Formats: sequence, structure tokens, C-alpha cells
Amino acid sequence: MLLLSQLINGLQLGSIYALVALGYSMVYGIIMLLNFAHGDIIMAGGYIAVLILTAGRNPVLAIILAIIGCVLLSVLIEKVAYKPLRSAPRISLLITAIGVSLFLQNMAQLLFTANARSFPNTVVIPAINFRIGSINISLTALVTIVVTIISMICLTLLVQKTKMGKAMRAVSEDTDAAKLMGINVNSTITFTFATGSTLAGIGSILYCCRYPLVSPTMGSLLGLKAFVAAVLGGIGSIPGAMIGGLAIGFAEVLVSAVGLSEWTDAVVFAILIIVLLVKPTGFLGRSMQEKV
Amino acid sequence: MKRILSIILALVLMLALFSACGNKGSKKESDTIKVGLLAPLTGDVAEYGIAVANGVRLYTKELNAKGGINGKTIELVEYDEEGDAAKAVLGYNSLVDQGVVAIIGDVTTGPTVAVVSESQADNTPMITASATAAAVTYNEETGQVYENMFRSCFIDPFQGEKMASFAYEELGAKSAAVLYNNGSDYSLGVANAFIAKAEEIGLEIIATESYADGSQDFQGQLTNIAAKNPDTLFVPDYYNVIALVAQQANAAGITARMLGVDGWDTVLDVVTDASLIEGAYYCSGYSTQDTREEVQTFLEAYKAEYNNEPNMFAAQGYDAAMILYAAIAKADADGKLDNETIISYMKATDMNCVTGHVTFDEFNNPNKTAVIINVSNGGAKYWGNY
Repeated sequence: MLLLSQLINGLQLGSIYALVALGYSMVYGIIMLLNFAHGDIIMAGGYIAVLILTAGRNPVLAIILAIIGCVLLSVLIEKVAYKPLRSAPRISLLITAIGVSLFLQNMAQLLFTANARSFPNTVVIPAINFRIGSINISLTALVTIVVTIISMICLTLLVQKTKMGKAMRAVSEDTDAAKLMGINVNSTITFTFATGSTLAGIGSILYCCRYPLVSPTMGSLLGLKAFVAAVLGGIGSIPGAMIGGLAIGFAEVLVSAVGLSEWTDAVVFAILIIVLLVKPTGFLGRSMQEKV
Repeated sequence: MKRILSIILALVLMLALFSACGNKGSKKESDTIKVGLLAPLTGDVAEYGIAVANGVRLYTKELNAKGGINGKTIELVEYDEEGDAAKAVLGYNSLVDQGVVAIIGDVTTGPTVAVVSESQADNTPMITASATAAAVTYNEETGQVYENMFRSCFIDPFQGEKMASFAYEELGAKSAAVLYNNGSDYSLGVANAFIAKAEEIGLEIIATESYADGSQDFQGQLTNIAAKNPDTLFVPDYYNVIALVAQQANAAGITARMLGVDGWDTVLDVVTDASLIEGAYYCSGYSTQDTREEVQTFLEAYKAEYNNEPNMFAAQGYDAAMILYAAIAKADADGKLDNETIISYMKATDMNCVTGHVTFDEFNNPNKTAVIINVSNGGAKYWGNY
């Protein structure tokens, strides 16, 4: 019974990691960039939601604006910081991404101070617990898991069934060939960033409902763990990011469940090292033909 | 022209020298008692230093207005050590050279420890208002107690003991779970003291879980705790962490009453929903809601003097001055204003202060009551002194 409760915890945590890892994986798939600013997009989403909620506005409005804010910010970063470097060596892009991440964190510190703000999570998802036998499930956990599943189904449909999805797959396979086929590579890349940050926006709200404190550096550790999840699943692969996210979530919760809670972060990063040493392509990295 | 200028300059210098001598000569030593105040009045930790200094200055002023010590005025000699241990040692020596009979200070733990070891050579009586580490009055390696060093604040582990007996005796707790930060001396020290005391008095500890410093996720640990179903959950950490723990404890289905320590201060500002910690109790060194006469008089006097609310550091600074001056007064009445006499009277302290009734234990730490704060109806209410 206790194990089942812990598995639900893992599923909730893993869902959030998966949503964030998808953003990493999609962007990597299309322009081979490890977008380390992705975690800080989540922070931005959290602050937008907090500002709207503390102004007493509708939570639905807050969620929608947080997601739109994440998308706009991410597209802006892509246009300003990454697009001019598209033909530059990949290391320049990586360094730029780290720079953008630091910029966003410090900007947030300047605007909102380094003090954490509390996120009125009960306005978004009421603090209701369901009891099934001795298992306790919070509404937050339930909503997180359901929203993540829906998001993933939508994403899969988008990538597999729509014209834009086809373009994304084509660009990730071979940018030059896609260009020759008349695909607008620039808008496809922008669209990929937008899709990734939509998921980040959703992840941001779900994360804040679980951890109701918003601070300028909240995205950095979350971003790193989601990055580990993306690598574990095979970076560049969409189903890989989902599996990787869930695996990291379960790993964390199980480590603390057996009483080694101080070791959770160490275990996550040990997984990264082991994956890179043993199977650098992750679970699904190589076998996936359709990288996005 | 140059020569005239140099003569004038030389004259001015000589004049300055004479006037300096004159100043020193005119002071009547017997009418004043010099007491040193060593505190960071500028720099990173100035916030604490200024609060302590304000408390000390206020009590000094009040006592002097009432006629001082046996008719003698207390002259407070202040030294700003800027939060730096090396400067604090310099400051200590400078104050001793200026002939202070005792020193109030230092404020933060690091510089205080440095000054204490320096003070062993001449045994100057000292009292700190705010350094909470055990090492300030006791050297763990040599087992030596620094006899000349006292403090008016309680040490960290003390809170754990207080809360354990409070839970058992006042709240009727039968079983408790402890969730602590393994990467913080503060949290670890308090948790260990709580567990030791609980075992001693018969409060059953049915779960002990920990987390790494900086963790945000406690769901795994809290789910384990929920399965044991304790009636009390003790979480010794700072308010930011408590906001997260409270949320996740609720999500894990924990209904136990939460207990905390002074790090919980201002927790209601960050917790998303006050109902998550409704019914919780935590201890503190001081509360402005304390109804005791000492506190209310102090509050009024402080507000009149500085035009703002005194925080815990100001109250402890005020108490440090009160404890020290009482000992100096007794020593002076005996006509023996030396280190040993002052120290022995400080050791025998038994008086009501702003932050509680103070006596000292064998480690020169105060045995005093803690202020208990109860979260009820979404607000922090003063429960009483325990």
C-alpha cells in the first residue's frame, strides 16, 4: 500500500519532468541545441501566474497567460539569441543558452527580488484528498497526471498527423533537404520552440501547484533534472523524453522512500553519468527514426 | 612664506597634542564605569548588529537616567567590527585597552568565537545577545567551558528539548514524527535534541525522515510518515521550507499537528494557505504579543526611542545589558569591580528579563522560558511562555 502511494508520487513528479524534458528533446532534435534556458522559462511562467493570481484574477486567465508568456519569451529568445548563431559552431549556441539562462535568473532577481513568493496553489487546484483504502491521492497529483497524459497525446497527434508536424520531422531529419523541399525552416524552428514552451508553461503551473514557492532560481535544478530525463530517454526522441521523465520521477521518489532522501539529487545525476558512459543514446535515442 | 607656514603648522599640531592631553586629564574615572559594545554596525550583518546595539543603548540610557550604578554613569564604548572576525579581535583588544570592565558582544557566531578565545588571556567578562552556537561558551575538543562568556539568547538544541516537553505535557502528544534538514547544523541539532528529550520523557518517535539542504520535494518522506500516522509532526527548519512541507504534508494525507522552531517566524507570510498549518505551535525567543509587563514596558520605550518595533535581536541586546549591569552593580557595591567578581555575579543571575526569566547553566547558557506561538484562525497568536 505504501509502495503504491509512493508510485503515485513518482508518477506525479515524473509527469512534470516529462513535460519539461519534452521541450529539451524537441529543441535538441531540431537544431542540436541544449537549451539550458528552458528551466528558466518555467520560472518565468511561474512568476506570470503568481502576479496574475495575487492580483486576484481568474485562475484560468492566469494559466492561459502564463502559457502564452512562456511561448512569447521562448520565441523571443530564439529570435534574438539563437537565430543569429544558426550557422555558428554548436558550442557557441550552448554557451549562449547558458548565458540566456543566467540572464533570465538575474533579471527575475532584479524585478522580483531574491525572496521566494508563495504561489496561491489552492486557487488553481483545491487542496482535496481522495482516500482509497489506505492510499491517499491528492487532487493535485490526479490533475498533474491527467493533464500530462492529455498533453502528450496532443503532442503526438501534432507531430504525427499535421503538416507542421511533418515539417518538424523533416527539418530534424535533414535541414538542407527540407529547405530544398520548400519547407520554411525558420518558421518550423520557431514553431518547435513554441510547442516546447507551451509544455513548459503547463509544466510550470503543475510544478507550482505541487511546490508553491516561486523564486528566480527555481528553474535551474528542475531544468537540469529534466535534461537528465531527456538524455536518459534518448535526447531528440519524444517518447524517450516521456519515458525518461517518468523514470527519473520514480527513481527520486523511491530513493527517498527507502530512507536515502539526502541522496535523491546524487542519484539523478549518477544516472546521467551512467547513461553517458554505458548508453549515450539513452533508451530510445538510436532506434527512433523520426527525431523531432 | 614656506617657513612661516611650517611654523604655523607645527604650532597647530602642538596645540592639538595639548588639547588631547587636556581631554584625557579632565575626565574623572571614578564617576563612570566603561562597558564595551562590540558589534557589526556596518557591513553584511549590520542588521543584527544595529538591532542588538539599539537594545543595549536603550537599557544603558534608561539605567543612567535612573541614576546609573550606585551613582556612577555607564559609559558605553562602541566598536564596529563590520562582521569580520579579525576586526572583532582588534576591537576586543582596543576596548580592553580603553579600560572597559566588561564587554557586550559579539553578535554573530564566527567573530564571537574568535573573540572568546582571545579573551581567555585576560578573562574579561562578556555576554553575547545573539550568538547561538554551542562553541561560543564551550570548547568541545578540550571540554573547557569559557567561564567569562555568557549569552542572553538560547542555544539551538534548547528549542528541540522545549518543544518535545511542550508537546508531551501541554498538548498531550503520544507519538511524533521528525522531518529535518540533514544539511543544516541548526535543523540537525534541534531534531537530535527533540528526539533525545522525547525518548527521555516517553513521547514515542515513530518516524524520523530527513532531506538534503535545498530540497523542494518531501513527498517520499511524508508518505512514509503518513503511513505511520503520528499525532505530531516536528519540522525544525526555516519558513520557506515549511511552506513547501505544509503543502505536501496535506497532499500526503497527514493530519498530525505540526510543531516548529524559531525559524518558523514569518511562516504565515509564505504559506499558501494558512489552514495548512492551522493548529501548529512553534517557539521563539520573543514575541511582541507577550503580555508580561517587562515586554510591554520595553516595547513602549523602544518605540519611543527608535520609532519602530524591536525585533528579537533588540530584545536580547536589551537583556544582555540588563544581566551584565546587574552583575556590575553588585560587584561595584562590594567595592570589587574586577573580572572574577563580575563573572561570579553573572553566573548567579536569577532575574526576569524581556525574553524570559534567566538563570545560567554550567555552560553559561541561559535556562529560560521560550515563547510559544500558536497558529490559530490563520494568525500567529501568543500562547504563553513555556
